[in-house]
Amino acid sequence: MNTPKPTMVSAVLKEAPLVQGGLTFRGITEKISGIVEGRTPSLWWLLFGMALSGTLILAGSVGWLIYEGTGVWGLNNPVGWGWAIVNFVFWVGIGHAGTLISAILFLLRQRWRTAINRFAEAMTIVAVICAGIFPAIHVGRIWIVYYMFPVPNQMDMWPNFRSPLLWDVFAVGTYFTVSFLFWYVGLVPDLATFRDRAKKKIKRMVFGALSLGWRGGNRQWKHYELSYLMLAGLATPLVLSVHSVVSTDFATSLIPGWHTTIFPPYFVAGAIFSGFGMVLTLAIIARRVFRLENLITVDHLEKMNKIILVTGSMVGYAYIMEFFIAWYSGNIYEVFAFINRGFGNYAWAYWIMFLCNVITPQLFWFRKIRRSIPVMFTLSIFVNIGMWFERFVITVTSLSRDFLPSSWDYYSPTTWDVLTFIGSFGLFFTLFLLFLRFLPMISMAEVKGVMPEADPHHHPDAHHPPDTHHHPAPVEKGGAA
Amino acid sequence: MKTYGIIAAFDSPAQLMEAAKQMRTAGYTHFDCHSPFPIHGMDEAMGLKRSPVGYIVGGMAALGATIGFSLQTWVSTSAYPLVISGKPFFSWQAFIIITFALFVLFGAFGAVIGMFRLNRLPRLHHPLFYSDAFARVTDDGFMVSVESGDAQFDEEKTRAFLASIGGQNIEVIRGEG
Repeated sequence: MNTPKPTMVSAVLKEAPLVQGGLTFRGITEKISGIVEGRTPSLWWLLFGMALSGTLILAGSVGWLIYEGTGVWGLNNPVGWGWAIVNFVFWVGIGHAGTLISAILFLLRQRWRTAINRFAEAMTIVAVICAGIFPAIHVGRIWIVYYMFPVPNQMDMWPNFRSPLLWDVFAVGTYFTVSFLFWYVGLVPDLATFRDRAKKKIKRMVFGALSLGWRGGNRQWKHYELSYLMLAGLATPLVLSVHSVVSTDFATSLIPGWHTTIFPPYFVAGAIFSGFGMVLTLAIIARRVFRLENLITVDHLEKMNKIILVTGSMVGYAYIMEFFIAWYSGNIYEVFAFINRGFGNYAWAYWIMFLCNVITPQLFWFRKIRRSIPVMFTLSIFVNIGMWFERFVITVTSLSRDFLPSSWDYYSPTTWDVLTFIGSFGLFFTLFLLFLRFLPMISMAEVKGVMPEADPHHHPDAHHPPDTHHHPAPVEKGGAA
Repeated sequence: MKTYGIIAAFDSPAQLMEAAKQMRTAGYTHFDCHSPFPIHGMDEAMGLKRSPVGYIVGGMAALGATIGFSLQTWVSTSAYPLVISGKPFFSWQAFIIITFALFVLFGAFGAVIGMFRLNRLPRLHHPLFYSDAFARVTDDGFMVSVESGDAQFDEEKTRAFLASIGGQNIEVIRGEG
């Protein structure tokens, strides 16, 4: 196989090669498959044990909630939406990075996405599962949760399609399904690699069934590539719509601080910001633990940091613009809601949010910081914290201080709120660790496809731009399809 | 046992593409070029038409949008009409979001199911999997396969032709296609 020189730059963009360390096609297969085929590292067992304990905490606290009712949470009369909704929006937001990376960066031909898209998509699916739990358990009487869906029933009742809460059911449900399909279609060629490498019969049969008989012929790739492009085209508006719909849960109400038109774009920017924060956190850990420095390079991380900087600045703009519009509207309730956010009973939460989401990401203006792994790791944790607080600030400050001072109250979570949230992290990491252990965490087929050797016009040892003497033959009318 | 076809290995994407052009020039139609990743320009080299997956996606997406909008209209105006904050029963603006969600959902299923059906997948087995050498295709192998159903196919002549265009490890595959 032709080995690329590590110093070789792409002729067109003058960028460092996406895959470094002189890896060949075979080397990539060995590296990624080796993670799954090798012995289970003891660190994995340790983390899995911790994550599974978290999942048990989730099961226990949800069980207690169902047995006893939503009274076990800290909800009170003005604050009917507490941590459960905060956590729902938090997890859905995190779930935005995966499909953004797969779909939008695919359409924009950002070839660096290939190193991170697979596990970002897996993270999305897992985060949306965690998100979906919260509204489901929040309904109180979970045995009639099917009322959320248009299911014909003996009472001839139907849901109210004018309600944003029902839009949410469809938006998040569609998002989960489409993200899953997108992820699975991407997995098929890699599952075929696992099938062909399997030594044991049972493994060969399992991966043989999962890879659906993939043979990598160009007659298959032809349909596959167009299908993938179509999925990217469908998923792009979907990514932008899901958090917009989540924001309408708030924005279509009349509560001061919620009833604003900036919510959809502001929520979407925040979702992308938080999603990249979580992808960065996970990517830094994964590349270190699994020695993937040649595939997820510092250049990849730097590009993610730039996206965090951009979306963090958008979020900061929205925070400031909300204050301006509140003042400019002349509405006393709106003005009060925002002064109360910044300087009222939950000011501590507001300033944690502001620090983590607006101020610290600005450090990414400096190239040195964008390329420093310890600093970016810390900042990515800050993003995760800040974005949780953003949802807390939005949900709780507005409800606890609405129109009538006589109905005001202070909201504090109970132990069960906290345990349910911790438990959702347990579930998140349980499922994510299972993914890392059993499936290819980087898309082998796509990474190989962006290597210089994958270009049929590539000439080994040549530094000049790709030549053009291989003109593809014109397509015949009525040729074999 | 019936002959399924012949496979031959090539060294690189460039050689595989050159082989595809040669195969096509020689008049073969039932052949395929296997690679671990899609190769840019291979459709033209093999003379393949654009995939019709887009039409399936379009049709399915339109169906999804129609179902979504009709369901909401029927429920809100006839099956269970409710006056909610004084809005009209047929408040179509509020129906757009779910219509859009179902548009995307059905379109995505169309893209995935349509793609697998066009590829005649899923299937649990294929004669090509009898070849151990073929397993390299999902790793770093580049292979041409010619099916015995091709009008030009002749075990000896095709074999010789594949060798003449640079094919290595030429292997005859037996099995039911």
